[in-house]
Amino acid sequence: MAKYLKKSDLAGFIGSLAGQYQVLGPVEKDGRVVFAPAGAADLKLDFQNSHTSPKDLFFPQSERMFQFTLDPNKEGAFVLQDVDLAPAPRLVFGMRPCDAAAFFVLDRVFKNDQFTDPYWQVKRDATVIIGLGCNQPCPTCFCPSVGYGPFHEDGLDAIATDLGDGFLIKPLTEKGQKALAGAKGLTDPEGKMDEKAAAIAAAAQESIKSEVPTRNIYTRTVMELFNAPHWDRVFESCLNCGTCTYVCPTCHCFDIQDEVTSAKDGDRVRNWDTCMSWLFTIHGTGHNPRPGKKERVRQRFMHKFKYIPMKRGGLIGCVGCGRCVNLCPVNIDVRDVVRDMNA
Amino acid sequence: MHNPYKPYPVRVDKILVETEDKNLRTFKFVFLNPEDEQAFAYTPGQFAELSVPGVGEIPIGIASSPTEKGFVLFTVNKVGAVTTFMHNMKEGDIMGIRGPLGNSYPMKDLEGKNLVIIAGGFAVTTLRSTITWMLDPAHRDKYGRITFIYGARTPGMLLYREEWSAWQKRDDIDAIITVDREFPGWDGRVGFVPTVTEQVAPSPDNTAALVCGPPIMIKFTQPVLEKLGFSEDQIIMSLENRMKCGIGICGRCNVGPEYVCKDGPVFTLAQLNRMPKEY
Repeated sequence: MAKYLKKSDLAGFIGSLAGQYQVLGPVEKDGRVVFAPAGAADLKLDFQNSHTSPKDLFFPQSERMFQFTLDPNKEGAFVLQDVDLAPAPRLVFGMRPCDAAAFFVLDRVFKNDQFTDPYWQVKRDATVIIGLGCNQPCPTCFCPSVGYGPFHEDGLDAIATDLGDGFLIKPLTEKGQKALAGAKGLTDPEGKMDEKAAAIAAAAQESIKSEVPTRNIYTRTVMELFNAPHWDRVFESCLNCGTCTYVCPTCHCFDIQDEVTSAKDGDRVRNWDTCMSWLFTIHGTGHNPRPGKKERVRQRFMHKFKYIPMKRGGLIGCVGCGRCVNLCPVNIDVRDVVRDMNA
Repeated sequence: MHNPYKPYPVRVDKILVETEDKNLRTFKFVFLNPEDEQAFAYTPGQFAELSVPGVGEIPIGIASSPTEKGFVLFTVNKVGAVTTFMHNMKEGDIMGIRGPLGNSYPMKDLEGKNLVIIAGGFAVTTLRSTITWMLDPAHRDKYGRITFIYGARTPGMLLYREEWSAWQKRDDIDAIITVDREFPGWDGRVGFVPTVTEQVAPSPDNTAALVCGPPIMIKFTQPVLEKLGFSEDQIIMSLENRMKCGIGICGRCNVGPEYVCKDGPVFTLAQLNRMPKEY
């Protein structure tokens, strides 16, 4: 059952949640919206979307996996020791549905048929996400074309719709229900709030004009798509700078490195990595299976639009957030690339 | 929650220099905690991440067979930071192994078939595991004729001399060892692996070929097998790619939709023909 939260009651609502959770939300920092720990006064809820995706909440840019000592006189020398993985319970208020959908996709990457990545999973389990539907999508958004949308619910525990004076908040999971049950400031919706919310969602969906056809990509074989002639053109302007992979909510490739932090002690860490780098794939022999820009650019798009759907029941590995479109320094537009793949 | 990134601690029990150039050494590891050996239950063709705290991890095929108890073997070529560090380690040193990882040779599906096992250079490691496993009295009856063709540049570059010498004396495996050219003191066969394969390979009827070697050997052996009548389903290969996680997540070893680390490293040629050549 949905609840109503007057904007004037937001402080009480967030304050009551802060007793049980660390509350995070969109806040402005150096002129950009990012997700960070926030009180009600810090929340910037009239944003379009955060500059970078909030994937670092579950997959930090750099994360300690183990610690070790190389001092032979210490107990457990040369044996990796566990570090504390799980954050205290957290609640994110105001995540956009595209980003939550990205984490829904990544849940299926970090937990495959054989292995569960514990670093990802414990953070997901410890976090409640109350999404905020997009009343006004950006011109670069194309979420409906890839199977998601401005009010898409996958990956969220509850979804809020901004009705003007307040939010209509609908719980979607048990976790969301439980969080809302303990929160102050919520009232039963009055009048036709449900209908109003539905109309806002429909208008938002309608306002997205970018249409990107994807159907043919699924019927073509890997090799047909891989050998398509358009790759010879797409890569030419690419700088392999990796901005797209940095801001993308579904890009999840990582490196593992050992860092010796003092004379005898150190950490095994994992860091975001990028398929745009030649170092990503080079063999010890010097042979590189993806030696040039063409191979690397092709890999990124094929991974999202062909390989992930093949392996994850048709889910597309792009949620249409448009960040890479906005931030690519040479104006490579994923929508154009997908049109070429589908043509 | 089980952490698949956490290596089992092991002790370097023995280091054996395998080749005349001293670039290949076989490491015999013993688990520090005996119960870890049970947890590290593997099958021929799988690999593990060898983990040196402070230096890093490398994916290496398991050279021992599950039928060999009490230890695991890995043969390591000196190439980069981790392997060079390992080559300087001493017996008794502590490090880690993480796995087993990847699929394996399809030992169940291969039952009842003849096998031709073709290896070049140091790519023979997981085939040592496979042959040792098949020759075990508990398994030998399940397979037909076994032909092993193994070549290296020089006699001094052949790995596992003790093992293949013993196999040459057995009558339940044809072990054909060859070197690229004549060499003083070598009275065995001389010739490149593809040529020798053409001379000694069994009929493709009810036979599977396991092929593992450097790209140049694969390139010239594949047409020979095709000429002999092997179909792309009968040719089984093992791939290598740069890896980090080893569990199908970190994204660097994939070849098309398949992760070499989790969906491979063993693929049939039929599968490989539907995948990009990004390996």
